[in-house]
Amino acid sequence: MKCTRCRGEAWVEVRRHNAAYCDGCFVRYFHDQVARAIRGHQMFGHSQRVLVAVSGGKDSLALWDALIELGYQADGLYVDLGIGEYSGTSKTLTQQFAAARNQTLHIVDLDQRYGVTIPLIADQTRRAPCSGCGLAKRYLFNRYAAEHGYDVLATGHNLDDEAATLLGNLMTWQTSYLARQHPVLEAEEAGLVRKVKPLYRLTEHDTASYAVIRGLEYVVEECPNAVGARSIAFKEALNLLEQRSPGAKQTFLLGFLEKGREAFSADDPHQLRPCSECGQPTTTERCAFCRLISETHQPSRPRRGRRPRKARRPADAPASAPDAVATIGAEAEEPAPSKAAPTT
Amino acid sequence: MPTIVTRIPKRQEIPLAGRRQVGDALRELGITPETVIVIKGNRLLTRDVWLEEDDVVEVRPVISGGGA
Repeated sequence: MKCTRCRGEAWVEVRRHNAAYCDGCFVRYFHDQVARAIRGHQMFGHSQRVLVAVSGGKDSLALWDALIELGYQADGLYVDLGIGEYSGTSKTLTQQFAAARNQTLHIVDLDQRYGVTIPLIADQTRRAPCSGCGLAKRYLFNRYAAEHGYDVLATGHNLDDEAATLLGNLMTWQTSYLARQHPVLEAEEAGLVRKVKPLYRLTEHDTASYAVIRGLEYVVEECPNAVGARSIAFKEALNLLEQRSPGAKQTFLLGFLEKGREAFSADDPHQLRPCSECGQPTTTERCAFCRLISETHQPSRPRRGRRPRKARRPADAPASAPDAVATIGAEAEEPAPSKAAPTT
Repeated sequence: MPTIVTRIPKRQEIPLAGRRQVGDALRELGITPETVIVIKGNRLLTRDVWLEEDDVVEVRPVISGGGA
């Protein structure tokens, strides 16, 4: 197979575009797609400060790498979720990435700051681990970006992630979620920072290929908590369709964004107010994150036949305390006035 | 004979009966091409590449999941 651009030997086939690329041309293709997403939705400019949510996985590291290569001011934020060896490995790889490129990486440690880990939250609250994990990350990423003056928060959600989310929300007709599914979520005065997804035009196959070609060391192993996750089942279903009909995923997602989403725009009324405990924006009196932390420390429904595990919340660290952070590659910054995400 | 190495869900070395193209090897193993990348050394292989007798290639899943 030959490279569509230079006729050299192809490394990556992109069937949905009826194209194939050698290593160098694929990197250019990848950067072009990221730049097109950023420009097309006016996500951010070169003078703005971007905070990239990094996990140590292929998508977030590929995103951070591409933004650096494209000349954007992009710092990283890693949240240590306390998921055993998985978190240890992913943090190390993220730190190595930042150090090798002399980039600023901020780290928030869930255990140090709030005395909880994702496995502890799952154990004490009986929520699915991915549910508590997603809630904690959304809260912490938004809060950190808001308190440290970043203009925009960028996440590594790719075309497969977005198509799977769309399918999941359609399967259950979550119309308010459908209304909010977009590559850009605008900032809100109540304390929501602008959120963008510059990889939404690229598949997981693309991001993994890019990571290998660029020599990015990433966590290949799946998060142990994600095994059997519903999102993976949706992705597998969509990939079967993609196999039969190349471009199906992209048509599904982009078609929704262009033609379908508008129909649900009235289904997302939300009134934000400050959380009574942490002051972050929420639709309820206490935000979901504060309730999650409280419930983890004081489970209301002890598990039958087991004594609740004693949580390790530091006595001097209420759920509303500023994040415990370590900053690599730059001096730690003083927090600005508090404002962050609704987590409900 | 060519050998396919997987690391996930567990490390496995799968010998193939003889030389064949990447796409055919994946099909025999029941793997959807869009869900993996195939790596030989430090380069990626497309589905038309022939796996020769002594080739050892890694088949690496690309799907990640979770609720975040």
